[in-house]
Amino acid sequence: MQDNLQTSSYKQLEQKSKYKNIFLRWFLYFVLILFASYFIFPLYVMVVTSLKTMEEIRQGTLLTWPSSLNFDSWLVAWGGRGYGAGDTFLRPYFWNSIKMVVPAVFFSTFIGAMTGYVLTKWRFKGDQWVFLFLLFGCFIPFQAILLPMARTLGALGISNSIIGLVLVHTVYGIPFTTLFFRNYYVSVPTELVKAARIDGAGFFKIFFKILLPISAPIIVVTVIWQFTQIWNDFLFGSTFSFGKAAPIQVALNNMVLSSTSVKEYNVDMASAIIAGIPTLIVYVLAGKYFIRGLTSGAVKG
Amino acid sequence: MKTLKIDELSKNFGSTEVLKKINLEIDEGNFLVLLGPSGCGKSTLLNIIAGLETINEGNVYIDDYNVSKVEPKDRNIAMVFQSYALYPSMNVRENMIFGLKQAKVSKEKIEEQLKKVSKFLQVDALLDRKPSQLSGGQRQRVAIGRALVREPRIFLFDEPLSNLDAKLRVEMRREIKKLHQQLKTTVVYVTHDQTEAMSLGTKIAIMNHGVIQQNNSPELIYNKPSNTFVADFIGSPSMNLIKGKLNQKSNKILFTADEANFAIPIISYDFIKASQLEDKEVFFGIRPEHIYFKKSNEDDFEVNLTADLSEYIGHEQIMTFNFANQELLAKFPSTFKIELNKETKLYFDLTQISLFDANSKERI
Amino acid sequence: MFKWLEKNLPKIVMAPAVGLIGWFVYGFVLWTLYISFTNSKILPKYELWGFGQYEKLWASRKWLISVDNLLVFTALFLIFCIVIGIILAIFLDQKIRAEGVLRTIYLYPMALSFIVTGTAWKWILNPTLGIQKMFIDWGFENFTFDWLVNREMAIYTIVIAGVWQSAGFVMALFLAGLRSVEDEIIKAAKIDGAGLFTVYWKILLPMMRPVFFTSFVILVHISIKSYDLIVALTQGGPGISTTMPALFMTQAAFHKSQVGLSAASAMMMFMAVAAVIIPYLYSELRRENAR
Repeated sequence: MQDNLQTSSYKQLEQKSKYKNIFLRWFLYFVLILFASYFIFPLYVMVVTSLKTMEEIRQGTLLTWPSSLNFDSWLVAWGGRGYGAGDTFLRPYFWNSIKMVVPAVFFSTFIGAMTGYVLTKWRFKGDQWVFLFLLFGCFIPFQAILLPMARTLGALGISNSIIGLVLVHTVYGIPFTTLFFRNYYVSVPTELVKAARIDGAGFFKIFFKILLPISAPIIVVTVIWQFTQIWNDFLFGSTFSFGKAAPIQVALNNMVLSSTSVKEYNVDMASAIIAGIPTLIVYVLAGKYFIRGLTSGAVKG
Repeated sequence: MKTLKIDELSKNFGSTEVLKKINLEIDEGNFLVLLGPSGCGKSTLLNIIAGLETINEGNVYIDDYNVSKVEPKDRNIAMVFQSYALYPSMNVRENMIFGLKQAKVSKEKIEEQLKKVSKFLQVDALLDRKPSQLSGGQRQRVAIGRALVREPRIFLFDEPLSNLDAKLRVEMRREIKKLHQQLKTTVVYVTHDQTEAMSLGTKIAIMNHGVIQQNNSPELIYNKPSNTFVADFIGSPSMNLIKGKLNQKSNKILFTADEANFAIPIISYDFIKASQLEDKEVFFGIRPEHIYFKKSNEDDFEVNLTADLSEYIGHEQIMTFNFANQELLAKFPSTFKIELNKETKLYFDLTQISLFDANSKERI
Repeated sequence: MFKWLEKNLPKIVMAPAVGLIGWFVYGFVLWTLYISFTNSKILPKYELWGFGQYEKLWASRKWLISVDNLLVFTALFLIFCIVIGIILAIFLDQKIRAEGVLRTIYLYPMALSFIVTGTAWKWILNPTLGIQKMFIDWGFENFTFDWLVNREMAIYTIVIAGVWQSAGFVMALFLAGLRSVEDEIIKAAKIDGAGLFTVYWKILLPMMRPVFFTSFVILVHISIKSYDLIVALTQGGPGISTTMPALFMTQAAFHKSQVGLSAASAMMMFMAVAAVIIPYLYSELRRENAR
């Protein structure tokens, strides 16, 4: 008798937990998908709008699918309409951004790698303080350096130029790149360096022959981080370079704000997509490294 | 009534079979040790008993009730983990009573249990500390305490001592033994350390590749290993397994090692099945500690061997001899001097040997 | 000479980084600090003028509105990002099918610039053709959603876009934190009879204290610096209803020729960030040293 009671109560427990679990699962997926739609919604709207004509935009809603795939607004956003004054389009600025990003990413990554190498493998008294000194640079609000930077670029004769922006982005990227490389090299056994020194390798040989070859993951993380940061920058671009030398984010903003008679939302959206697509592609292709940069750049700095 | 019964239990992770048709029974008050190398499935088995892993086939019974699909909390078990798994944000008191609180036990009863157990384990002075403020041994005690307060039917231990340093490990081992002697609860204990298994278990189940190789008392495991795996796994250094053949000559059974020019008489050996021994390929098993430098029994087998390696380890020394071109290890007190590369007279204790079929690797 | 070079090579190699940061970060901040104590207008002047700019700053209605907006924005931004981030992280932690895809979706806004997202949200939120029209076309004829052009509500549109951009990041931080918790702790809790809710509420979330702290610091940092998003979404309008310190600073410096005033506002921002960052760096460093 008691056995039966016990068994049936176990059965009940089983049943109860089963139903509870099924309900919980459905609820879980419901919430997750709800949020996914919140996150995907703007991207969807951007893409759909960019493919519509203005006529369609006025008639339908945000969500309506375009009647035909119409890339005209993309062409306009990229190459303009072909008439002279007031025709702003992204192509030249896109190249400006490339010309700015490539050297800035290269220099800041290289300097960061060397600095991180010294800080971890050639330790000296007070190196902790040097690291802290550099690390603080990750956090300063750039407003606090805008004014003197503008004057310095003016004095150097490189204000309103791509070279100026390369300098700015290189300098303010160093704290981050140093942080990445330092944290990576800290976990590389110092015995490796000691062994190389006993074998007679010098400072540069150890770096180029031993550390650099095993640095691929952190180089990827750093390059992606720097690329995303610099490509997406607006503050420096808009402050130091407003005319023909402006990077793409500034150009996009000018385009969207330009007060022509009719607002062309489809061209705006196409422009936004063009400005966003390089980083988006990098994110989709190398999301793992992107997230690693985000979290390590965040957790440690 | 069996306190714990495992019936034809199988488990696989994807295509890898982790447990293959396991059968196991434990009587009330026993201390069962699951022993095996890493990856043998012992921890998975423990997790299944706890209800933390699902089962693919077979059933688990606690007090004859099938608990295969019952939630861990309703199984009347408690578990102690390798990493202690104390909740870092709670102090010792909160850690210990967390389970009782979840089970909605009355406040008075919780207090009473806490008092009793914390006193018993001598952690009553630590109740307000956070786990991060405790030493390894103290953490271990609290982890055991957390299991004790629940007064479960079965205690499950998952390698509880392997995070401790060597000295503390021996100390805690003794405490767990004492605990079991006093409380007489049923325990299932997972470890890869044979000394721990031998000293703690009333029963030891040796596992390899998801199969129980032998489930016996520590004495039988040591003296009568049921296959070469167990013979090799238990003992340090492990049992010598010498390859050779059996011959039957007028009621006398002789063992001849490959390449040897002498035979060892097999006397006073309990064959499981004494049939077809003639020309049988076997492993002759003898433990290093059962090779003597002085004749101590009438039936000891005398042989002249040359030592080619000596390892001194304080209270004893391990010598490696050449036995018909096979390695043979022997263990002697370190006071006894043996010269290397010189023949020495040795005596095999023939009452302590094991014989295994060379093909099936099973004891014969 | 050669010996000396060899011995000091590491320091020489590090010199550019230290020199650049010393000059361009610390030197420049000090310069800004100095200018904030002068009566600089269109060009910097170097005679000291005392706290005049700070007095002017805190008497300025626009600055007070910026600070107000910053507080409102920071509070809401923090709460929503952390709550949404935690919920998503916990839910994703339940052995979810397609976890990778969902994670990618939650986090992709982080890869976009604020100008791009601002442009998108501006279009979505515009009252004539955006969300409002969508609902009206769906049959909710009285539906109004004019926050973007409403003085009272415009700041909340910035919150919506900001949360959209950064919540996934908090999710990633918490998910990483939850994944690093030892499996055995969760097993122990299961045996102790804790349900899913209790496991998270009583055991795992209290263990996430460092993650909370990190998220807090990063989010506050983002919100104090927020500039691009406002430029793209509202330009500080309607009127000056959504202006924020960062916007105030650039406008004062580059459009209104109030260099001294803008330096003062920049220093206020600098101090606000320092107040959050210095304790953070201190505790991080202590944790690292403790290890």
